[in-house]
Amino acid sequence: MSDLAALLPAPDAVRPRASTATRVMRGGQWLALLALGLALLLPMGTLLSRAFGNAAGEFVWFANFAAYVTTPSLLAAAWNSVWTAALTTALVIPLAFFYAYALTRSRIPAKGAFRAAMLIPILAPSLLPALALITLFGNQGLLKGALLGYPLYGPVGIIMAQVFACFPHAAIILAVALGTADGRLYEAAAALKASAFRTFLTVTLPQARYGLISAAIVVFTLVMTDFGVPKVIGGQFPVLATDVYKQVVGQLDFNMGAVVGIVLLLPAVIAFLIDRWAQRQREATMSGRAVVYAPKPNLVRDWLCLLHCLAVAGVLLGLTGVAAWGSLITFWPYNLTLTLANYDFANFDPAGWGAVWTSVRLATLVAVIGAPAIFTIAWLLERGPKGGPVPGLLRLAATVPLAIPGLVLGLAYILFFNHPANPLNFFYGGLVILVVNCLTHFYTVGHLTAVTAIRQLDPEFEAVGASLRVPVLVTFARVTVPICLPAILDIAVYLFVNAMTTVSAVIFLYGPDTKLASIAVVHMDEAGQVSAAAAMACTILAITAAVKLVQVLAGGLVDRSTQAWRQR
Amino acid sequence: MLRRALLPLALGLVALAGVAQAQTRTRLTVYTALETEQLAPLKAAAEAAVPGIEVAWVRDSTGVITARLIAERQNPRADVIWGVSAFSLLQMEALEMLEPYTPQGAEALRPNMRSDRSPMTWTGMDAFVAAICFNTAVAQQRNLPRPTTWADLLAPAFRGQVVMPNPNSSGTGFLTVAGWIGAQGEARAWDYMRGLHDNIQVYTHSGSAPCNNAARGEYGVGISLDMRAVTLRNQGAPLEIIVPTDGVGYDIEGTAIQRGTRNLDAARRFVDWSVSRQAAELYGRWYALLALPGVQPAVRGYPAEFEQRLVSQDIRAVANERERILREWASRFDGKSAPRN
Repeated sequence: MSDLAALLPAPDAVRPRASTATRVMRGGQWLALLALGLALLLPMGTLLSRAFGNAAGEFVWFANFAAYVTTPSLLAAAWNSVWTAALTTALVIPLAFFYAYALTRSRIPAKGAFRAAMLIPILAPSLLPALALITLFGNQGLLKGALLGYPLYGPVGIIMAQVFACFPHAAIILAVALGTADGRLYEAAAALKASAFRTFLTVTLPQARYGLISAAIVVFTLVMTDFGVPKVIGGQFPVLATDVYKQVVGQLDFNMGAVVGIVLLLPAVIAFLIDRWAQRQREATMSGRAVVYAPKPNLVRDWLCLLHCLAVAGVLLGLTGVAAWGSLITFWPYNLTLTLANYDFANFDPAGWGAVWTSVRLATLVAVIGAPAIFTIAWLLERGPKGGPVPGLLRLAATVPLAIPGLVLGLAYILFFNHPANPLNFFYGGLVILVVNCLTHFYTVGHLTAVTAIRQLDPEFEAVGASLRVPVLVTFARVTVPICLPAILDIAVYLFVNAMTTVSAVIFLYGPDTKLASIAVVHMDEAGQVSAAAAMACTILAITAAVKLVQVLAGGLVDRSTQAWRQR
Repeated sequence: MLRRALLPLALGLVALAGVAQAQTRTRLTVYTALETEQLAPLKAAAEAAVPGIEVAWVRDSTGVITARLIAERQNPRADVIWGVSAFSLLQMEALEMLEPYTPQGAEALRPNMRSDRSPMTWTGMDAFVAAICFNTAVAQQRNLPRPTTWADLLAPAFRGQVVMPNPNSSGTGFLTVAGWIGAQGEARAWDYMRGLHDNIQVYTHSGSAPCNNAARGEYGVGISLDMRAVTLRNQGAPLEIIVPTDGVGYDIEGTAIQRGTRNLDAARRFVDWSVSRQAAELYGRWYALLALPGVQPAVRGYPAEFEQRLVSQDIRAVANERERILREWASRFDGKSAPRN
């Protein structure tokens, strides 16, 4: 017997049949690596090499790091960054988890409306909640007393604004993670007479654990790297992200800016390691034999879920409402007469309404190009060959963008794409570079969403396809994409809204004809035209909300045509 | 049939002619930190006065636009830099980024408001000063006395009511500090800042935020630039702009040609106009102190002896000291930035 086995061809020799698929997918991985290399790794490498140079361009080893470590406020800033990020994560994850739970595992009414409401914070520029919080809790605020004497400008303001800003990021990932469940597990739990709480602990939570890990990583990293919120509402509370701003914009010291940028990349590296670990533990939650879980009515659970959703959505809508009101008043807090004059943008910024249309063009391009690309790359990684250095590098490249402060990425793009020797330097100054930059900057959350959706599919789908001799790309197009279409749409809309609202990276890259609405918001606020800034922010919100609405409506159609199999 | 084909053709030719005419104008990319409301009138005036040019703006705050210019210097995108702080221009000069050219008539500018090189690397337009944005409504509410000097801000009444920009983040913050050092001497200036530190609520990262915050009544006193307050007052803010009498720091807004511009000839004609009397009169709509002597500024609300309040400082000397002053400031005040009630 054993002799016979030795005579059989080695497993390698069986490969040829599978290798067409493998070769196609490996080719795809190389292409993806090339694209991400050009858009991310090379620019970042160009910038980060500056961390080891001095102003004259000489190589100075770790002298800049040594100088940075001796900065008096560094330890305080690092500690502040870590604890505000940790506290924000601790607040956001439970809020977002139960919100997502209510949307996916309860029978509350108006789920579509709640799903839309949870996205409000990413639909608007980050200045919008900051302006609303100042109106409510600032020194002239309507609800100033609610802070019990703590000043808004500092950690209180930062955490309030960050919880608001990060909530949708966590909720999106968790809603996808909880979105599909195998009903058989719940039937088994019920048959074993497990209590509802025990079922939650042993079935629901374990299924969502990768989603929880991803969401926590995303929130923590977002808070660590965001400088917009601390700059506007953080007062002088020092954090690492504002250190980048201080070095680059305040002191024009790109070398030190790169040093802080590297320090800020540490969370991403840790996140990458955790993701690798989680990947080794993974197993599909949605096997080919799965039966879709449909929650049965449960009065207590449904009421609690409804109350939670109402409270969260109420706060999100309330803050937005305050900002919308702020865009209609003449001058806060001294002249509360209502007016539409703040929407006549040409009076405040020479680009006027043109900036809005430029933003819409940019966001459309980013969504239309980005969503299919991100999903395909995630699929190549998850279902493609695992050997060799390419998948690891790709995975790293997909995780890193989240941790790169926008300012650092923007600067990297100038240094790389504007270099006289770069054959791509004709892109610079136009819309193309903004598209590439936005895609790269917002890559990670889209990637995580795609990965979460793909991991829920049993690899048997591909195996069945392979045994039926269906080319792998056909299986991808006929099975994987339709099943994951809601997630792909989510990614597209996520990219669209972020491209509409982003500031920190593109502020270095827009040209004379490509000024964006989100940048106009910052400029108006800087010029003291707060109501006009709020008006522009609300205009952006109206556009992104309209796009979201279209998605919800289209989502209904998509569900009917591609998701009917999930129903019994 | 033929006629049907001819009409679009004719229309196309007309359109082409229009395009061709537009293309004969040289498009100058102008990087600027001017206030947004100044852009439209300045563009119109420049295009009317200098034949054959079109102004295309890239505008941002001083820090961002300077960072961009320096980051882009290997392959410059700007043709002209117009309305950017002289401190920034000096940094760019040190990096050999400015095209040496003495605009026609630039000798008429005040000597301390233009480049000391020959040929010149930059020319001044106007100066703006550090000033106090004083919210009269908050003052009434909290019984704040009206300050007339920097020293007045040390009074205990102002505890927690003063905001100023962090000089490490903002050029406005730096010129304020440099002004104190110029007026009081370095040792006394640090003592002064030590005392002021007790009254400061927040050091902001943005140079305009202190005045904006004061206008919204978040604080009583914002230390910022003089011209910030004009827009805010027009919107109805109860804001008084106070230029302290005990010496104020100032910065000059200047013009320069980017070295490596592909439109050198047009850029030269443009900067020739930028130092003209007509241009200076335009700057005078917003700024009280102009680089060209003998032009009466149209902006109102400035005291007659305003010019005497400016500290006498050598911008180049201050620029050379910049790094040391910022480090000293950070070691004294940046570490102690826990928020106070």
